[in-house]
Amino acid sequence: MNVLEAEGLTKHFTARRGAFGGSRGVVRAVDNISFGIESGRTLGVVGESGCGKTTTAKLVLGLEEPTSGSILFQGQNLQTLDAASRRQYRKSVQAVFQDPYASLNPRMRICDIISEPLTTNEVVTPKQARERVLKLLDLVGLPERSADFFPHEFSGGQRQRIAIARALVLSPKLVVLDEPVSALDVSIRAQILNLLRDLQEELGLSYLFIAHDLAAVAHMSHAIVVMYLGKIVEMGDARTLARAPKHPYTAALFSAALPSHPGEQREEIILAGEVPSPLNPPTGCRFHPRCPSAMPVCGEQEPTLASADDRLVACHLFASGNNTKGSPQVQARP
Amino acid sequence: MSNSILSSVSSDPRRGAPVTAGRPLLEIENLSTHYVSAHGTRVVRAVDDVSIRVDAGETVGIVGESGSGKSTLALSILRVLPTAAKVASGHIWFEGEDLAYKSDAEMQHVRGKRIAMILQDPMASLNPLFTIGNQVAEPIRVHEGADRRTAWQRARDLLKAVRIPSPETRARQFPHEMSGGMRQRIVGAIGISCEPRLLIADEPTTSLDLTIQAQYLKLLRELQREHGLALIFITHNLGIVAKMCDRLVVMYAGRVVESGPVAQVFDEPAHPYTRALLNAIPRMGDGRQRLTAIEGQPPDLAALPRGCAFAARCPDTFDRCGKESPPEFDLKDGRTARCWLASVTTRAGVA
Repeated sequence: MNVLEAEGLTKHFTARRGAFGGSRGVVRAVDNISFGIESGRTLGVVGESGCGKTTTAKLVLGLEEPTSGSILFQGQNLQTLDAASRRQYRKSVQAVFQDPYASLNPRMRICDIISEPLTTNEVVTPKQARERVLKLLDLVGLPERSADFFPHEFSGGQRQRIAIARALVLSPKLVVLDEPVSALDVSIRAQILNLLRDLQEELGLSYLFIAHDLAAVAHMSHAIVVMYLGKIVEMGDARTLARAPKHPYTAALFSAALPSHPGEQREEIILAGEVPSPLNPPTGCRFHPRCPSAMPVCGEQEPTLASADDRLVACHLFASGNNTKGSPQVQARP
Repeated sequence: MSNSILSSVSSDPRRGAPVTAGRPLLEIENLSTHYVSAHGTRVVRAVDDVSIRVDAGETVGIVGESGSGKSTLALSILRVLPTAAKVASGHIWFEGEDLAYKSDAEMQHVRGKRIAMILQDPMASLNPLFTIGNQVAEPIRVHEGADRRTAWQRARDLLKAVRIPSPETRARQFPHEMSGGMRQRIVGAIGISCEPRLLIADEPTTSLDLTIQAQYLKLLRELQREHGLALIFITHNLGIVAKMCDRLVVMYAGRVVESGPVAQVFDEPAHPYTRALLNAIPRMGDGRQRLTAIEGQPPDLAALPRGCAFAARCPDTFDRCGKESPPEFDLKDGRTARCWLASVTTRAGVA
């Protein structure tokens, strides 16, 4: 069952051009995307800066209102919720952010940091709150005495554990992990990734895992969504997608991922140019100006996300069956 | 430039460089750089007894976590250390001269001219008030005394060399008009502007996106080939080392714990720390196996434990580790490891 379902989710930001307003452009940060997060599983989102992953996270967290489309949480549409149920939703969806040096208030003791969501959302006595904090500290692998310390007394990895404890204090169903390990040292990353996996198993959590590090996403996720300029270009089971990407962008992205061994032979696909401005995205397929397999049709017609074998791909190369006009030749790909 | 530089790779990379080259391009001998607090009460041994050599045209990766001393080492080579830090002992031999004992005035002819550096954040290394062309031309005018026009023309060629589209117009623009990838390429252009022999890149791609990182690494490799550059890559990312480097130096708590040719170190790490690091990175397609995490934290550099600095986190530790700090053992194939176990295995002929 899906704990969260996004349907045609769209978020546009209006941009001002020039000092006096003038013609306004629209940044299509997230453009008509649909995905689901299964209960107790991890959905990984990958893509480069500007692809809309953080906006997606903000929409899921309710920090931004979608321009159109909807988010269904356990079958209920967020837009139609009353204030009380919305509050309930916010309790069920929590977040862990990238930088644990910025996300913890330096003037608060750990006990207060972790219990704050609890005291603001529920009626608890200080004693109950503290008990809950101690339980969570134990859960994330920190000693009980940490409760009375301040954030500066902890290292980056320990701080991230505290941030995780805070996210779990309200017993959420879904946790949004926005680059949870990229600020940490290599030797600490594995500790946190393992902790997140253990917590998922123990508490039946669902994760929305956003990260730059493709190997980490492939390692953590059950399913992966690949985004480019606000669109989903490919979506499918984590392992098959990482092993055999179909969309040319996914292929280039995964080929750009660094090898784990010097002997690892990999086809090197170096994309030309950079991600275009989302203010003025290319016509047709948004990836076509950089695509090594671009065809004439790619510049004219936007491909739809359609099923190709075991996954969904938005690319004309794989759309032979469903495409009515100008159906391109399906090339044999290695 | 020359292909002869590549010949040194095949010969023994540790002791006894090829006769033609004489000495390696850069040879750091027992270098220690310490940060001393205002009253001299606390001494942080950020770099402690480090020996590294870099041959001409070679790419050496220096890997370590934050606080391992890798950046301080780079700053020591260029002698651009913060005021609290001092080179306490050791030598930095570069083309036959000891940089550790040069005056500041003499160092100005080394920095940017013979050794260049690329830093992590390109926006911080470019001046927002000057045009790109000006900034690329500046070292050419300063170091080579070129006049404005020649320098500008060279700057334009350099921008072209680092694949900046329409360099003529770009040279007249300012840093804020460029994307992150372009800025980093411009910093690269400044780096190679005076044809240095050695380029030190400190986390050059950390702020870049994946596909842009791939472009940039390819560019660095091409520049290296064209200009016969030696490259020192300072990074925490073992993937970059696997992709780019000939040799690898692993640092932990200010010391070199292991060094050697990349493929051999990856295949058969001699130091438990290196082994643990390699096991701790998720690999593509490893499914959802549990990672082998390194428990604990790196030690406080101001209060290093007696014995081996890694002993507290080491899975293979034994009583000697807590008492005596292991020296740097020379292993075969020009490898070194600072671990008591490495000495045992080599003697037994296992490694």
